[in-house]
Order: sequence, then structure tokens, then C-alpha cells
Amino acid sequence: MKLAYFPGCTVKAQAPQFEASALAVARVLGVELVEPANWQCCGAVYPLATDNLLPLASPYRTLMAAAKAGLDVTTLCSACHNVLKRTAHRLQTDAEVRAKLEAFTEEPWQPVRVRHLLEVIRDEFGWEALAGRAQRRLSLRLAPYYGCLLLRPAEVMAFDDPERPRVLHQLCAALGAEPVSSPYEAECCGAFLTLADARASLAAARNIIAAARGRGAQAIVTSCPLCHFNLDARQAELAADGQPLPVLYFTQVLAQALGLSDDCCQFDLHYADPAPRFAGESGGGNG
Amino acid sequence: MKRAGVFICWCGQNIAGTVDVAAVREAAAALPGVVHAQDYQYMCSEPGQELIKAASAAHRLDAVVVAACSPAMHETTFRRLVAGCGLNEHQCEIANIREQCSWVHPRGAEATAKAKAIVASMVAKALRDEPLAPISVPVSRRALVIGAGISGMQAALEIAAGGYEVALVEREPYIGGHMTQLSETFPTLDCSQCILTPKTAEVGRHPRIELLVNSKVTALEGYVGNFRATIKRTPAYVDWSKCTGCGLCEEKCPTKLASAFERGLGRTKAISIPFPQAVPHKPTIAAEHCQYLRSGKCGICAKVCPVGAIDFQQGEETVRRDVGAVVVATGYDLFPAAKVGEYGYGELPDVIDGLAFERLNSASGPTSGQIKRPSDGKVPKEVVFIQCVGSRDAEKGYPYCSKICCMYTAKHARLYKHKVHAGQAYVFYMDVRAGGKGYEEFVQRAQEEDGAIYLRGRVAKVFQEGDKVMVWGADTLTGAKVEVAADMVVLATAITPAAGAKDLAQLLKVGTDQYGFFNEAHPKLRPVESLTRGLYLTGCCQAPKDIPDAVSQAGSAASKVLGLFAGKELQHPPTVVRVISEVCQGCGLCVEACAYQARELDTRRKVAVVKEVLCQGCGACAVACPSGATEHKNYAKGQVLSMIDAIQ
Amino acid sequence: MRLSRDEVARAFVQRIEELSEERVLTCYQCGKCSAGCPMVEFMDRPPHQVIRLVQLGQEQAALAAEAPWYCAACHSCASRCPRGTDLSRVMEALRSVALRAGRPRLDWNKLPPEVLARLPQQAFVSGARKLT
Repeated sequence: MKLAYFPGCTVKAQAPQFEASALAVARVLGVELVEPANWQCCGAVYPLATDNLLPLASPYRTLMAAAKAGLDVTTLCSACHNVLKRTAHRLQTDAEVRAKLEAFTEEPWQPVRVRHLLEVIRDEFGWEALAGRAQRRLSLRLAPYYGCLLLRPAEVMAFDDPERPRVLHQLCAALGAEPVSSPYEAECCGAFLTLADARASLAAARNIIAAARGRGAQAIVTSCPLCHFNLDARQAELAADGQPLPVLYFTQVLAQALGLSDDCCQFDLHYADPAPRFAGESGGGNG
Repeated sequence: MKRAGVFICWCGQNIAGTVDVAAVREAAAALPGVVHAQDYQYMCSEPGQELIKAASAAHRLDAVVVAACSPAMHETTFRRLVAGCGLNEHQCEIANIREQCSWVHPRGAEATAKAKAIVASMVAKALRDEPLAPISVPVSRRALVIGAGISGMQAALEIAAGGYEVALVEREPYIGGHMTQLSETFPTLDCSQCILTPKTAEVGRHPRIELLVNSKVTALEGYVGNFRATIKRTPAYVDWSKCTGCGLCEEKCPTKLASAFERGLGRTKAISIPFPQAVPHKPTIAAEHCQYLRSGKCGICAKVCPVGAIDFQQGEETVRRDVGAVVVATGYDLFPAAKVGEYGYGELPDVIDGLAFERLNSASGPTSGQIKRPSDGKVPKEVVFIQCVGSRDAEKGYPYCSKICCMYTAKHARLYKHKVHAGQAYVFYMDVRAGGKGYEEFVQRAQEEDGAIYLRGRVAKVFQEGDKVMVWGADTLTGAKVEVAADMVVLATAITPAAGAKDLAQLLKVGTDQYGFFNEAHPKLRPVESLTRGLYLTGCCQAPKDIPDAVSQAGSAASKVLGLFAGKELQHPPTVVRVISEVCQGCGLCVEACAYQARELDTRRKVAVVKEVLCQGCGACAVACPSGATEHKNYAKGQVLSMIDAIQ
Repeated sequence: MRLSRDEVARAFVQRIEELSEERVLTCYQCGKCSAGCPMVEFMDRPPHQVIRLVQLGQEQAALAAEAPWYCAACHSCASRCPRGTDLSRVMEALRSVALRAGRPRLDWNKLPPEVLARLPQQAFVSGARKLT
């Protein structure tokens, strides 16, 4: 299976462990990920004002590069996934916008399918097959954290119920871990407000972490580097709340279960070190 | 000695949780005359009833006491049961050990002792009960319907459809009630006259409906199945049998006056047919305005009438009808909005009420359906609608919700926008109560499609400023005071019982609530019956309601009447009083004591006699009688004393 | 506040409706958006009041509100709205009107260098798009 892989700028620049683990996992699962040569930043946020079309140009080009190669697109980052999927949906359904962007980019639109890597794993392999590939059972209590952009708007994202999401739960369960639900699992982490008013994103992060910790989670699992920043790096500012709670990318969880080398996980890049959680024969650990 | 059986119900934990039912059973078994005592979890259940049936046969019982809930709940159940076992149903008594014992006492010996006493007392009564047969009364199978609005007409039509005669009494000169004034109806916006006129026409020509307009019921005597109504008809001063309804009299009448039908927005004449679709389509002279009737001068109508139908000599007519059932459908009036001084109604010409807005909207109304404000006839560009004017205002005496205003205000806002496209409607509300099929969606459309701005808050003050009507309100959703310079203000005034409803209630001896709405027998289970047998309620006289509810209640009232008329005779409970004529002194004190006119003095024999069908068995006469000549059946003096003796 | 036909049906309301592709009068002010907003505690007005101000054509008050700048466009309001109103888009429309009038929320020069050094690219780009 071959897919166009859009890494996005944050993954490339600040979350190398997300990419390295994803690529290693893809290799083991037999998914060939082809990174387009001239990809551009997706714009990070989908433009919500109707007439704000210019920000669509760069995801348009990315999507067309994949379409020309005859490939579906996949991404790791929730935000990139959100922007690319919404862009593809808008262009597919809105002829007026399509005409404008075709004229602007001088490139005709072609239908293209965008899928998050989680979607690919769920729909192409299935949880049972994935469980069969696991080299070890993760006897950990993991709190899936979906955040906002992975699931919403549901009618466009269209792969899970934003009010009762399951995909990360199922992934954790397939790998032997116990998924720990929390009322904050799909509540926003404050996202880019971390830039304008750090108090706001810190307050959101505190709720999310406290809810997971209070329900006995040993780590949080996410798919978004900005969520990761708000939940992990910013935890330095929440030291008074208790022991740091590690925040994992779902690809790191996969890498550990599939028995891949710790190198691809680069736990040293984390504020709260996840390594002790995976120490020992079968994972375990409880610190 | 009679053979009594006692059956003690646990009612789950309702009784057994408080009262020691086994102890009650043992005590009951030891009572004189009791040959069988038994307890069971649910005596009213089918297995419970089977127990009674089996014991009745096995022990040859001729008295049954069921110790259970209030007789209001299951007396009928158990009496029917014993009747099926070959006993007389009056040989079954209920000992109320739930409402009067277990529910009102803490668990313990005292509650059990009280239950034992109640049972002992009812056993004493049952042992002296005599078999009684119900009293049969013939039924006059004709109904009287008071009020010919939509609800009264519907009831009349359904009773007539069932094959019975109806006398339909209406105080106005036309039928159809307030619905004749409405332009469109929610939530479908179909024209009110269009859906109403098929009904008024049918009532007008129905062979079994006797239409008595310009009429009032002035007396009602008798009892269920046998009422006699006195109806007074005020003169129209027009011989309707001659009148062709040509309208020439109205055209030529020189006396103009403000039209009540048009809510004062239009003018009418001293002789008029109120509106084009009126049934009957005949004119009436308003005596208080007619120059000829007041001063003997004029008489133009009589001169121009081509058929000589004007009859100034016509007098009040009295009609009497024997009827078996009465349906009250007297409808509603509007709260006098001038009572809310801060809204300026009655002083500011462009502050009108909802019914007036209906007339402005109506094609047959004073503006031929164009929205023009009363002061200068200009088309209002901004209209404020104020909900809950009077309603939900305890200080004004109307703490209740008038129920229909949310919907008709949304309708008004929509109709206004449909006619004045550039106009803006504002609705001040406290809550929007749109419970009904398609209602909520209708209100949403008023906002989404017709752009009505809904503002959550009561209006504090309305006043004139230049040619604008200023409105001070609030938007509690933002917490801001709101000011609107409106061109016109429409008040959604509270629904009140129709004028005269209280007098009618007194005349019919039916209770009303504190506002004057007629009381139903039970708010949930008997919503169309009054506490007087044979007297039913429908429409807004009972409580504010919309057209669909008024129509369905009418159907329900009609079905009650038809049920009553289904037999030629009615059964009356036999637990009434009798007079022992040998003892009676003929003093007449009992006649005064009776609240039901069930007593009269036989002047020839000088004894009091009981009209059994009227007697409600209240016992007031027995108390009043100085010589002990009155005896209550199955509550005889010795019997009651034995019940008291049984309580030790 | 003074309400008038000119204000309620005014260019401002139309502009917001065009930019957001949402009909603001569809909102019936149930408050569910505010009940679930993760940022409501940092807002000067709860989100339902922001759309309320737009409904009533209160341009100045709506544009003066801090709330749209605390909206993280997370869409939890939109996904739960019983009227299908996407309040995230109304918030974006309000931000757009202010930004296009030359009133940016964020001054890059005032951000401390140590903040700039550690923040993810995603936050910068999003911030640039939403707040400048």
C-alpha cells in the first residue's frame, strides 16, 4: 500500500519523534509513505470566513501533487489532517471556489482522498490484524486524547463520533492497553491561544491532565503536536499539580507494541519521560 | 346473624409497611359475625379478586369488608365483584386503612391499632347493611349547549350527529365566537373564516340544532337527565322570518357607532349584520343606539325595508326547553389591557390588542386586510408585540399563563412581515411556550424566515414621542435595557373567563376557580365533566386553550352527552334518605337544610317527602330533623352507633 | 441599547452572515455553546451573548467583545448546536471584520523571545491567521 505522506511543519521541525515512530511503524505494517517533494505548510487552521480563499491555495497544491501521482493523502498531525480534509471537501462540493482556485493556481482540480494515519490503520488493517502484529502487550492504562481538530466538524472529518470517539480507544485496546475515558478527551487544549494568552491554554491543559490522572491513566495518547506541546511541554508550569503525566503520540504507542527500537520514539524529547512506562518485559511500570 | 368476610390488602408496602396486616387479620377474625379473614399483597389484582370470590362461595358470605385504599379508588371494583358473587353490591364496604391510616401514621402499634378499629367499625356497618337497588330516572334526550363559539358549535354538531336534538344558545346575534374575528390561524396560517364557515353553515341548517342567538340562559332547574332551562331572547327588532338579509336597512341607517366586533377600529350602524359571513345572516338593532327606539324619531330602516321585516314592537321572548344534559361553552374575553397603565392602552391610539390586530389583518376588516395603524392610517414600519400582558402577572390578578399568546404573537409577527416586507417585528416575551404539533417550528420560522427579533424581557413602559410609540424593554440575554421607537404596539392580553361567566356558574350551580374559569371534576381524569352530573364543560370557559384543544374537548364533552343519552333511563345511587312519615311532624326544617332541592313538604299529609333522584345522600336533613324522622339508607342511626361502639 | 429596523437589518449583520455563511437569527439562545466552551472563563462575554449582539445588530458591542479572540475555533459549540449554527464561523467573521479594519490582536514584537523560541510552528501560523 502506497500513500502520499504530508508531514506538516510542526512534525518536521518540532516533533521528530512523531514522524520517526510513524515511519518505522508504517514500514513494519507495509505501508509505503511517499513524501511529496515540494510540500508547503497547510496553513495550520482552516479559514472559516467564506471569502477567505487564499489560505486554501497551499493545501490545494499539496493535494494536487498527490492526485497527480495517483495517491491518497495521509497525515499524522490532527491540524494538517483537518485543513487538508476540509479543503478537499470544499473543493469537491463548491464549484465556485473550485473555479477560483483553479484559476489562481493554474492547476485543474482532481478529486483526492485524505485520511489520517489512524483511519488508514483502522480501515486497512483492522484492530484484530493489528493486535496480531503486536510483539508485546502493553499493560498500561492509557488516556486517549482526541482534542478538537481530529474529529470536528464531524460531517467532514467523518471517521469518528466527536462526542463519543473510539478510534484511539480501540487502538490502545488492540495493543493490550486499557483505554481510560475522560470527559475532557475531546475538549480543546487551547491550541494557538498558547501564543496570545498562555493562561488560557494552561487552564485547558490542567483540566485535561487532571481528568486523565484522576481516572488512573498512566499516560495520555494524542495525535497532534500542538496538543502535545500544550499538554507535555507546558506541564513544566503545572509541576505543583503532581507527578508529570507522560504524553505519547499514538505512533509511539504503536512502535512500542510492535517491538520497534526505542530510537524511533525519542522519549528524551518529552518533558514527562514516558520511558519508565515501557520499561520491563511487558511494559508495566507504575510511577 | 350475617356471615361477614374481611379481606385485608397490603397494597405492597403502602399498607403492610406501616400496619401489621397479620395482626389486623387476626383481630378481624375474632370479631362477632366474621366467619373469614384473609390478607393479600394486592387485593385489587385479579388473583386478589379471585380470593374474595372463592371465599364468598366457600363461606357463604353475605357481607364483605375490604380493608384497603380509599373507596374513591376501588369501591366500584369490589362492589361489582361481590355483585358477581350473588350478593347485593351494597353489602360490600371498604375500610380505608391506607389514606386514613398507613399513609398518615408512622409504622408501629398505634397504626395497627387504628387499622383494627377501622376494620371493626366497617364490619359493624356491613352487618347491618341492607341490600339496595339503584334508582332509575328517565332521561330527556335533548342537550342544551351554552355558547356557540367553535367549541360549543363542535359539541352541538357532534351531539346532533349522534341523533339527538340540541338547543344551542348564543348571546351574540351571530355564531362562531371569537374565531369569526380572527384573520388566520396558527400553525398553518389558514384563513379562520375559511375553516369556520363550513361549521357555522352546518349549524345554521342542521335539522336537529335549534339555534337561539341574542339569547341567554336565565334559569336551570332539575337534575341530570331532567333539566329544565329557561332561555331569554332579546329582541332583534327585525322579523327574521321575513328578512332576506339584503342589507338595505344597514346601508340607510344614519346612526354610526364604533364596532365592538372590530375592536373599535371600524364603525358600524345601529342596525347591522356584524360581518359578511355571519350566521344567521340577519340584522339586529342595537336598541341602546337606535334613534327610533330611544326617541321615536327616524325609523328609516322600517321605511326602506322591502319586505316590512322591521318590528319595533318586538319584545323579549322566553323559551323553556327540557334537556337531559348541558354543555357549557361560554368561551373567553380579553383582559382589560388598560389595567396595565404603563402600556398606554386606551390612551395611545397605536397601542392595540391582539384581537384588534386580527381585524387589521382580516380581509373583511376595517382596513380590508392592510396593516395600517389606527392614528393616521400609515403602514407601520416597526411593530412591537408584547406578550404576557396581564398573564403571569399575579399583581394584576392573573398569575396563570394564557397559553395561546405565544403562538398568536408569532403568527402576528409573521403575518405582519408577509404584508409589510420592509417592516421589522419585535416580540418581547418571558418564555416562548410552543407545546403543540408544529408549534415550535412555527415560532422558529417567525424568527428565521420572517426576521422577527425576539427579546427576552417584559416591557416596562410604552409612551408617545412625536409620531412614534416608544417602548422600554429589556433583553435579559445580554442584560441590556432595550429601547424601540415603534410605529405600533400590539398587546397579547390575558384570556379571562367571558363576562357573565360567574353569574352563569351560580345559576348552573357549578364551581369556578378563583379567576372564574369553570371547575372540572378532576383536572386529569375528568377534564370535561363538572361536579354536577349531566353538566359538561368545553373550551375556554374551563381554561385558556387554542382551537385544536377547544375542538377536541368539545368532542369529548359530546361523547359524554351521547353516553348519557345511550340509555332511556339513568341509574342513581340508592344511598339516599327516607322519611318515616309516621314520625315526621311536617316542620319543614329539612326542606331548608337541603342544598339540592331534594325535599318538599306534602302540605296535605303534612310530611316531608324526598325526591330521591335529587338527593345526594349528604345527611344534612337527618341532622336537621328534630324528631328523628329522617333516616339515611345504610347509615341508619343504630347502624352508625354500632360502628362507634366497635371502636374500643 | 436602541434597536431599530435599520440596525437590526443593517449592513453589519449582513456582513457577518456573509462571512460566516450562518443565519444568526437561527440561534435561539439556548446557551449550549457557552455551556461547553473550553475558553468561556477567559471571555468577557459567554459565546451565546456574542451571537446575541450580532442578532440585535449591535456592531460596536460585538466588535468590542474580547470573546472572539479567545475562541480557539475548536468547533465544540458547532458540533453540539441544536440549531446547526456554526458559532466558530461567526466568531471568525467578527475577527475578520476587526482584522480587515486594521485592528490586529497580536503584536509579534511584544512577544518575549523565549516564548517565540519554544512554541510550535503550528501555533505561530495559526496565531498569524487568526489573530493578525
